[in-house]
Amino acid sequence: MLSTTAPGTTPGLDAAAGLDLQASFETALQGLGLSAGAAHLLWLPLPMVLVLVAAVVGVLVNVWLERKISAAVQQRIGPEYAGALGVLQPIADGMKLVFKEDIIPARADGLLFTLGPVLVLIPVILSWLVVPFGQHLLISNVGVGIFLWISLSSIQPIGLLMSGYASNNKYSLLGGLRAAAQSISYEIPLALAVLAVVMMSNSLSTVDIVDQQTGAGILSWNIWRQPVGFVIFWICALAECERLPFDLPEAEEELVAGYQTEYSGMKFALFYLGSYINLVLSALLVSVLYLGGWGFPLPVEWLAGWLGQPVDAPVVQVITASVGIVMTVLKAYLLVFLAILLRWTTPRVRIDQLLDLGWKFLLPIALVNLLVTAGLKLAFPAFFGG
Amino acid sequence: MTIATTTQLICFAVLASTVVLGALGVVLLPNIVYSAFLLGGVFLSVAGLYLLLNASFVAAAQVLVYVGAVNVLILFAIMLVNKREDLSAIPGLAVRRLLSGLVCGGLFALLLRVALTTPWALPGPLPVGEEATIRIGEHLFSDYLLPFELASVLLLMAMIGAIVLARRDVFSRDIATGEEVDQALIEKARTPLLLDKSAS
Repeated sequence: MLSTTAPGTTPGLDAAAGLDLQASFETALQGLGLSAGAAHLLWLPLPMVLVLVAAVVGVLVNVWLERKISAAVQQRIGPEYAGALGVLQPIADGMKLVFKEDIIPARADGLLFTLGPVLVLIPVILSWLVVPFGQHLLISNVGVGIFLWISLSSIQPIGLLMSGYASNNKYSLLGGLRAAAQSISYEIPLALAVLAVVMMSNSLSTVDIVDQQTGAGILSWNIWRQPVGFVIFWICALAECERLPFDLPEAEEELVAGYQTEYSGMKFALFYLGSYINLVLSALLVSVLYLGGWGFPLPVEWLAGWLGQPVDAPVVQVITASVGIVMTVLKAYLLVFLAILLRWTTPRVRIDQLLDLGWKFLLPIALVNLLVTAGLKLAFPAFFGG
Repeated sequence: MTIATTTQLICFAVLASTVVLGALGVVLLPNIVYSAFLLGGVFLSVAGLYLLLNASFVAAAQVLVYVGAVNVLILFAIMLVNKREDLSAIPGLAVRRLLSGLVCGGLFALLLRVALTTPWALPGPLPVGEEATIRIGEHLFSDYLLPFELASVLLLMAMIGAIVLARRDVFSRDIATGEEVDQALIEKARTPLLLDKSAS
């Protein structure tokens, strides 16, 4: 993460690959007389801040969707007075949390109590590093890409255990333990499902994974070649996000609110933010891994060809990049819609059913999926990445 | 000195001091939960050092295996058996502490001597960077195949042992006393949460 651009790649030269804002920005600044290093230093915070803002706005949209869709499922109206159709309701919710009193329970461990929510939120936000919105539209094209996300998401249970332990409350401790057990169990089939995709694209980098799915538009998306992997990944992603039907760590009928029981104010808001950012992130990664990422259902190159425009013309590049961003967000929010619908229509599983599903069903299926993918890759290298 | 090297130097100083202080905290703190959390911090800082050495795959693997699996399991075990009871004082604690301190000091001196006398080839070979995954894979399937497979056999043995220990129907008596032992998990299907102790 510290090393900036990979040595040997000259930014801006691969024009056919799409818009490269970084190269353009740095050339423009160097034209004003700044050194290359200073220009790069000025560039660095921009994508980070942009992605952070995008993540938080994504959460606001998510909260509004959750309220509206749950209302529709239950034949209510939902929020409607705060702004048109209640779009300002999430902001009102956020403001309420900001002004709430920040309570640390008397016998709790203050240091760990404060550190817990932070440790839950930071890995989720760091994982946005590898989410691509276009060929060059991501913070950093890290070589280990998707593996970085898997390893970062494994830090989260430590934060949950920490807050569960520090609250000095049996419901919190049970919730934290459940969260850790659930996270460990579902990480393995998740990683195996990702491994099958990685095997087909011969790279861990998220950009390469999407590149391998371009070519024939919607037909070349991984969901047709990895239908089982898609389902496994989606189930595991829901379990990692602790969404219903897998929200056992905070099952309100049994554990009050699990590890969040003792939290209020901004510390609770951090958990809230973390879980929603994680949901959007998971949806984005499903779209990157299985639904062609920023790809339009019809290849943009064909469309440009039919319209008689060269692909590397500036206008076409800007349009292509915008379409890419819109497509990524659209696919992600379709999946978020699915997750919200699942939350309000399915009952919660029991803890033993949850662990049975993870270890006795998903894990063997994921292993078989990996084996079949390897066999198909050897048999049909043209279709399954040679 | 460019911006990149200064950043690297600052990062190295911060990470190295976190590793040393964190490791000291793991050993010296009386509260075992704090030690376990600090261990996670030490593992994370070591991953940061790998990143500084351009070994991003090793860094990610370090986080996944040591922080995500090993440390979480350690914390899990500590919290499952978290009994607030005062342990009885161990006789001769001062002598034991002195002895272990001596052993640790001797080991540290030995390692320091090795580090100082070894003729390090500086600068080392160029880091392979993104090619590392391919290189590791080639090694695992050629010259490191046997150690790799042996490690997996070891893990399999540990797993079978854990299953035998956890299954009540296989192993329901205490070896030492011969008494029936209740090893059921707290949360289990179809068994009530509050076991009726009056019947037995």
